[in-house]
Amino acid sequence: MGNETMGLEPGAKGFLLRITAILVAIGLSAIILLIMGASPLDAFGLILSGSLGSSSKLAYVMTAWVPVLLCSAGLLVTFSAGLWNIGIEGQVVMGAVFATGVMQGLQESLPPAAVLTLAACAGLLGGAFWGMLAGGLRLYGDVNEIFGGLGLNFIAGSLTVYLVLGPWKRPGIGSTSGTQPFPPSLWLPAFEGFQVSPIELLLGISVIVLVFIALKGTHLGLQLKAIGKNPRTAFLMGIPIGRQMLLAFGLCGALAGLAGWVLVVGTSARHNLFPLISSGYGFLAILVVLLANLSALWSVPIAFFFTAISMGSLQLSLQRQLDSSMGGVIQGMLLLSVLITKGLQSRFLQWGQR
Amino acid sequence: MDIVILMNSILAASPPLLFAVLGETITEKAGVINLSLDGSLLLTAMIGFVVSLKTGSVVAGFMAAMIVGSLIAAIIAFVSLTLQQPQVATGFVLTLLCRDLAYVLGNPYAHIPGPQVPHTPLPGLAHLPVVGSILFDHNPVVYLSLLIILLLWAFMFRTQSGLKLQGLGERPAAAYLRGVNVTKMRYFYTLAGGALVGLGGASFSLMVKPGWARPYGIEGTGWIALAIVIFGGWKPFRAALGIFFFVALQTAVNILQSAAPNVPTQLFPTLPFPLMILTLLLVTIGNAEWVGRALGRLPEKFQRFLVRTLKALQTSPPSALGTIFKKE
Repeated sequence: MGNETMGLEPGAKGFLLRITAILVAIGLSAIILLIMGASPLDAFGLILSGSLGSSSKLAYVMTAWVPVLLCSAGLLVTFSAGLWNIGIEGQVVMGAVFATGVMQGLQESLPPAAVLTLAACAGLLGGAFWGMLAGGLRLYGDVNEIFGGLGLNFIAGSLTVYLVLGPWKRPGIGSTSGTQPFPPSLWLPAFEGFQVSPIELLLGISVIVLVFIALKGTHLGLQLKAIGKNPRTAFLMGIPIGRQMLLAFGLCGALAGLAGWVLVVGTSARHNLFPLISSGYGFLAILVVLLANLSALWSVPIAFFFTAISMGSLQLSLQRQLDSSMGGVIQGMLLLSVLITKGLQSRFLQWGQR
Repeated sequence: MDIVILMNSILAASPPLLFAVLGETITEKAGVINLSLDGSLLLTAMIGFVVSLKTGSVVAGFMAAMIVGSLIAAIIAFVSLTLQQPQVATGFVLTLLCRDLAYVLGNPYAHIPGPQVPHTPLPGLAHLPVVGSILFDHNPVVYLSLLIILLLWAFMFRTQSGLKLQGLGERPAAAYLRGVNVTKMRYFYTLAGGALVGLGGASFSLMVKPGWARPYGIEGTGWIALAIVIFGGWKPFRAALGIFFFVALQTAVNILQSAAPNVPTQLFPTLPFPLMILTLLLVTIGNAEWVGRALGRLPEKFQRFLVRTLKALQTSPPSALGTIFKKE
C-alpha cells in the first residue's frame, strides 16, 4: 500500500499539465463558491489578503508553516517506506502533551531556556512513543497502520480533553479552552516587529534539509526506500524490515511531536494545551507530501502555499458567510486534479508509444 | 432497561452503518478500496438532508445521497481503475475533500429542522409479541437495512453473479480468462457500493441524527465502518453482527454516561476507537508471525484452544484487494 507515488513528472509537458491541473482546481473551487452565492474573485482575494496581505498576516502564516514543515519531513520518512502514517495528528498532540507536562513540572525550578529545551526533548519522545505504538500494532498485531493510527488520533484527542478538564485544569475554572497559558518567558523569542521566531524557522528548514539528506545519502534512507519499493525484495536483500519500519514510525512521530512542541511554545501559539491542538496540520502535511510527489525540496514551497490557503480561508468565515473549510476544498481539488492529470498523462504516453 | 426496547433501539440506530459497511463490503469484494467513507458519509448526509428539505420529499433526499455516493465512488474507480493511480491516496484525498465540501455547502443549512423518515409499524406484524416490537415497529429504512443483509448474503453466496464477484477480488486474472470484463465489473460494484454508502449517509441525516450541523457528530464513523468491514471478514452476516454489537455498546455507553456523571462527557465519544483497535487486533493478530511461534511453545491443550479461537476470529482480505489489474 502506498509504494506508488503521485504528482507530476518533471519536464516541459509536465509543467504544462501542472498548470492545467491548478487551473482546473481553481475552476472547480470557483464553481463551489458560485453555488454558495459568493463571488469567486472576492473569495480568492480574501484568502490572498488574509494570508499575505500584511506583514503580521505573513508572520502568522510563517509560524503556522513550521509545524506543517516538521510533519511533512516526518511523513517523507514513512512514505518512503511505503507506510501511511495517518496517526500523525495524534503524534502532534502527544508531543504537545509531553511538552506541556514537562513545562508545568519544571517552570518554577529551572531557567526558561532549559525548560524549553527539555520540553522539546519531551515533545520528540511523546510523538515518537505514539508513532511507535502505531508501528508496533502494525508489526506485532498486523493491524493496518491506517486504522491503528486513526484510532490513536482519537485516543490522543480525548487524553487532552481529560487532562484539560481534569488534572491540568486551570485554577478555579476547568474548561475545554485549555490549560493555564505559560508566561511570556516560556515563549520562543520573536523578531522585533515581525512576530516570527528565528528558532522556529531555523528548526523547520533544517529538519527538512536533514531528512532530505538522510533519505538521499544514508544507509537508513536507502533501506527505507527499498522497503517502500518492494518489501519482498528488501527482505531478500537482508534488510531488517520490521526494525526499520518501527524506526520510520518513531522518527516521523518524533518530528510530529516536535511540531506539537512548536504549537505550545511558538510565536503564533496560544501557549497552552487545548483539545484539537494539532488543528489538522498533520493531515495537511499528508496532502503536501503527496502533492510534492515525496520530494523534500518541493514540500517546502507547497507546505507554505497550503498553509497560506488554510490561514487565508479563515477570513471567509470571519468576513463572509462562508465556511473556513473552503481552504480544504481548494487543497483537495488541487490534489485530485493533479492525480487525474498525472494519470491521464501516463495513460496518454502509453497510448502514444503503441 | 427493557430488553425488547433495547433491541428495538439497536435496530433503529443501525441502518447508517449497515448500508455503509455492506456497500464497502461489495466494493472491496470486487477488489477496490473506497477509503473515502468518512468523508462520503458526511457529504451524503448533508446532501440527503438539504435535498429533502428543498423538495419536501424524503425519498428525493435518499436518491440524491445515493447518486452523490456513486459519484464519489466513480471518481475513485476512474482514477484507480482507468488511470491506474494509487487507490489509497485517492481515497484519502476524497475523505478530506468530501468532508470539507459538506461543511462548505451545508453551511447555510445547519441547525434547521427538516423532514424525517416517518415511523411506519407494519400492520399486523407489529403486534406480534416480542418479535413484533423488536423487528416490525420501525420505518421502511430499517426494514430495508435488515432485508439487504439477507439479500446481499443470498447474492454473494447463492448466485452465479455473486461467485463472479468473489473472483473479481480474489483472482481477477482467472475471472478475466473466464470472460469477465474485470474493469467494467469493478466499476459496477464500486458504484453500487458507493450508492449504498450514500444511503447510509442519508439515513443519518433523515433518521438517526436528523438535520445538519458542523461538526455533525458522526466524524470518525466512516473509519469505524471500514474497520467493521475487516471485522466482518467481508461477509454480510458477520458484518451485521459486528454492527449490532457496536451499536449495542454505544447504547450501553450512553446509559453508563448518565450513571457515571463524574467522568467528563467529552470522553465517551472516543470509546469506540480503542475498541476499534482492540477488535482489529483480535481478528488480525493471528496473521502475525510471532504469534504462531509463541503458540508453539504453549502446552498442547491450551494451544489447541487458542489456535481454534484465533482461527474463528481471524479474517483475511480478498487477495487482490487494492491491486491494479492489467491485461497482459
